[in-house]
Amino acid sequence: MTATATKPAVHGSTRDSGVAGSRVPAFLVVAFLAALWTVPSLGLLINSFRAPTDIRGSGWWSVFGNLFAEGAWTLSNYTTVLEEGFTNAFANTVAVTIPAVAIPVTVAAFAAYAFAWMEFPGRNLIFVTIVGLMVVPLQMALIPILRVYTSLELNGTYPAVWLAHAGFGLPLAVYLLRNYMGSLPGSLIESARIDGADHFTTFTRLIIPLSTPVIASLAIFQFLWVWNDFLVALVFLGFDPSNRVLTVELSDLAGRGEGALNLLPAAAFVTMILPLVVFFALQRFFVRGLTAGGVKG
Amino acid sequence: MTTPPVLAETPAEIHRPLSEPGSQSNSLQVWLLRLASALVIPAVLAIFFVTFEFLQREDQSKLLQVLVALVVGVGGVWVLYWAMDRAITAMPSRVAASVRPFAFAGPAMVLLGFYLVYPAVRTFILSLQNASGTEFVGLNNFVTIFTNRTYLISMRNSVIWVLVVPLLAVGIGLAFATLADKLGTKSEAAAKSLIFLPMAISFVGASVVWRFIYNFRPEGFGEQIGLLNAVWTAFGGEPVNWLQVPLWNNLFLMVILVWLQTGFAMVILSSAIKAVPEDMLEAARLDGANEWEVFRKIVVPTIASTLVVVWTTVIITTWKVFDIVFVMTGGGFDTSVVAERMVTEFFTFGNDGIGAALAVVLFLAVVPILVVNIKRFKEQEATR
Repeated sequence: MTATATKPAVHGSTRDSGVAGSRVPAFLVVAFLAALWTVPSLGLLINSFRAPTDIRGSGWWSVFGNLFAEGAWTLSNYTTVLEEGFTNAFANTVAVTIPAVAIPVTVAAFAAYAFAWMEFPGRNLIFVTIVGLMVVPLQMALIPILRVYTSLELNGTYPAVWLAHAGFGLPLAVYLLRNYMGSLPGSLIESARIDGADHFTTFTRLIIPLSTPVIASLAIFQFLWVWNDFLVALVFLGFDPSNRVLTVELSDLAGRGEGALNLLPAAAFVTMILPLVVFFALQRFFVRGLTAGGVKG
Repeated sequence: MTTPPVLAETPAEIHRPLSEPGSQSNSLQVWLLRLASALVIPAVLAIFFVTFEFLQREDQSKLLQVLVALVVGVGGVWVLYWAMDRAITAMPSRVAASVRPFAFAGPAMVLLGFYLVYPAVRTFILSLQNASGTEFVGLNNFVTIFTNRTYLISMRNSVIWVLVVPLLAVGIGLAFATLADKLGTKSEAAAKSLIFLPMAISFVGASVVWRFIYNFRPEGFGEQIGLLNAVWTAFGGEPVNWLQVPLWNNLFLMVILVWLQTGFAMVILSSAIKAVPEDMLEAARLDGANEWEVFRKIVVPTIASTLVVVWTTVIITTWKVFDIVFVMTGGGFDTSVVAERMVTEFFTFGNDGIGAALAVVLFLAVVPILVVNIKRFKEQEATR
């Protein structure tokens, strides 16, 4: 039994041949927008490999005049930022991100199963409350939690950030997974029950494998969210140089003004590299997870 | 962030949670067991983390920390759930059936209670107190934020953000998804990746990206290295410090968020568009509808619920935007927004009362969305 997680087959030759005439304007608009969306990051990428004086002296587009000029390209910006705290920040970010993804996804998966397939008093009320919590701004939580952390001396530790991210990420995770798991056919779960499987077995052997696409896309979402988060890390890990995650380090660099201008492009790419890799490697899976059709029939 | 849009397409198969004998037993003992089973996992995690606080010490290697983080975060939580389940299985079966759901759903409820419900209530209380939280001041903080120019500017800006950003992000995303759908599979995938790519970039990173668009050099201080000024001066304009032009600077900041969010809207809408049954489209075309009419009368109504979901999601993201303003202008030049103002009040000025009041405003403004969300969810429930 597998989830039919492929694109619906409706987009075959019928549409292509049917409306061939309208493809050229569509192509032009799409190409224009795609170019417009790419130019900012492309410019930054080019800048990151230029000599520091060039970055300050001229726009990145001026490289197109002399692509092969002596000294036009350099890695020195990257070596400088890696020596200046970004290596440490990278390690911090990894240490924050992995558990801050794994914990909420696991906790949410168990809860989602209970909300979808178990019966208990208050089930619907509690779930609706969780749906409501999705829109509670993170900002509502910062100060009271900071106060609790301070009294427990948890401030500035990884677990403080892991659990905070877990808490903040849960409403969406529970909601998404519960909707997906709830859309699986009851007959499947029923037959597992008849075969003598208890809830735990049904959950781990049947529901989790069937939910892989949505779990994967959720994990990618949470990964991107935690990796790119600035506020939670700033508040609970702090500005102390040894504690900084990449976004905090980058914002510090950005705050130094013109003096650090030549380091900004390289630094920004150091912060982006892993999300971009994950994104490109898993994009198909990610999009498929969002569009997964569940088990039909 | 999003609902898998195909949920709307799921066959309306009726199902009920599986009832087990005794799952409704509600004696005090059962309730205590339920409470305990909900608390065990969060408590074990918390104790573990507090005890192993040594992990944070600087002489420990980063690698070791990451490894422990991985083992605990990925494996440990599963083991806890498994152990909990075994423990419950050892109970009499009637009791076990009524306690088990709380071992599954309880940890999530406890985490949510501690990280969202409790702080939200606490923030409400703080918003009625003075700056240091020592004294109740009634609604004074709210009076301040609704009369003082600083805060009114933040609120005005936030409202503009919420009107403009979702409109542009969803509008462009929808147009792009519709048009890309007409291309060949390969060029569609490539174009979508390019629009989608900024989603992988942090708000802070995006702000750095756009610094090199908005960079400004006064005339006589060297070449323009910001793209916008380079283009602007090439067409004969005077160099402009874009981020300091009143009102317009807000729009320039909004563009950054539009750049980030369009890909999200596009991907969700694209999959919804692809789920529109081909025969519906063909039938409309056979009836003589042109592509625009097909789009307006068939596609848009069919994906309406997805549009609403995407729109509200972008609204909420926009409403809570903080990083972009914080990094680009620090809220200066009348670009402050509520979420950014709130952090500044809390952390820069130590003004907890005002900060909390702003957080409450942030929250109250999304209550309508919350209600709609819940209503929509209940409708979904009714039809499934």
